[in-house]
Amino acid sequence: MTFEQIASLLRERFAGAVEEVVPQATRPYVTVAAERWPEVARFLRDEPRLKLNFLRCVSSLDLLAEDSLAAVYDLATVPDAEAEEVLSCPHTFAVRVVTDRAAAHIPSVAGVWPAADWHEREAFDLMGIVFDGHPDLRRILCPEDWVGHPLRKDYEFPVEYHGIPGTTEHELNSPRH
Amino acid sequence: MSWIENRFEEGVIVTSLDWAINWGRSNSLWPVTFGLACCAIEMMALGASRFDLDRFGAGAFRPTPRQADLMIVAGTVTYKMASRVRRLFNQMGEPKFVIAMGACTVGGGPYFKHGYHVVKGVDLVVPVDVYVPGCPPRPEALLEGIMRLQDRIRHTSRARDPRAAAARAAQLA
Repeated sequence: MTFEQIASLLRERFAGAVEEVVPQATRPYVTVAAERWPEVARFLRDEPRLKLNFLRCVSSLDLLAEDSLAAVYDLATVPDAEAEEVLSCPHTFAVRVVTDRAAAHIPSVAGVWPAADWHEREAFDLMGIVFDGHPDLRRILCPEDWVGHPLRKDYEFPVEYHGIPGTTEHELNSPRH
Repeated sequence: MSWIENRFEEGVIVTSLDWAINWGRSNSLWPVTFGLACCAIEMMALGASRFDLDRFGAGAFRPTPRQADLMIVAGTVTYKMASRVRRLFNQMGEPKFVIAMGACTVGGGPYFKHGYHVVKGVDLVVPVDVYVPGCPPRPEALLEGIMRLQDRIRHTSRARDPRAAAARAAQLA
C-alpha cells in the first residue's frame, strides 16, 4: 500500500487521532495524537493489510519555534518467510508524535515493537522525552549523573564535569588553544 | 685503564648506571592494550607486520595496566570515559609514560567547539609526555612519537637535577 492509502486507512479507523498528513515531505509522515499512539501502533503492527512489524528507528526532533518536541517512528514491513500470501510490495511508513516541550510525555511502544526500548531510551537521554510505561527508562549514552539533554537546541554545554573543564571555561582560562 | 682491563670475562658490559637503565627502559616500552576510537586502528596497524612496532621493543601490548609502562591514548576521550582513563593510568606502575595520539586527545580535535561530551585534551585528565597530532596520525607518526619518547627516556637521569633543586629551594625560601 502507498503512503496515501495507509494514511486514509488510519483516518477511517482512528477518527481524530490523525492530526496531520504530510505526503509532500521528503519522508512522508502522519502526525498522531500522543494519547492514542499505542492503539494506533498496535493497529499498524497487527492489521493484515499493513503488517508494519519492524520499527527501523525512533528519531527525536526539537521543534523550538513551535515550543514542542517530537518523536518520529520509522516503520517497515519485513515479510514473513513462512507466510502463505506474499505482500505485493513492502510498506514503509512514518509516524510523528508531537508533545509539549516543557512536559514532554509520550506513551511508550516498547511493548509493541521491542526495538523501541533502546531507541526510546536514547530519545529520553538526548532529547528529554519521557516515555510513559517504558520498562527501563534510564540514560543510555550519557553518564547517569549528566545534567540536561544535549540535543535540545537550548542546551548549554557543561562548564566542568567531575573536575574536568569544558570548552566554555577552557576558552576563558587557557591561552594554549 | 690497566686496573679494569682483563678483569671481566668477555660479554660483560661495563657502563654507567644511567645509560644502562635508560637503555633498558627505552627499548622495552610495554603499552597497555587500550584503544578508544579510530586512532586505535592506526595503532593496531603500527603493531602489525607492515610497520612492526616490535623493532623498537614497544610491541608487547599488555592486557593489564599493571604490566604496562606506556599508555597510548588512541582516540576520543569522552567525559564518561575520562574517569576510566585516569584509573588505568593510576594502576600503572612507575615509571609510566603517556602518548596522546590524534587531534581529539591533543586538544579535543573536531569536538572542541561542538562536542558537549568530549574532554578538551587528555592532558586535563592524565599527564602527557608526547603529543602526536593528526586525524588520525599515520602509523609512522605514532612511531615517531614513540621514538621521541625513547629519546626523552634516554635523557633522564637518576641524579638530582641541580636546576630543579635550586628552583625548589627558592620556592621554599
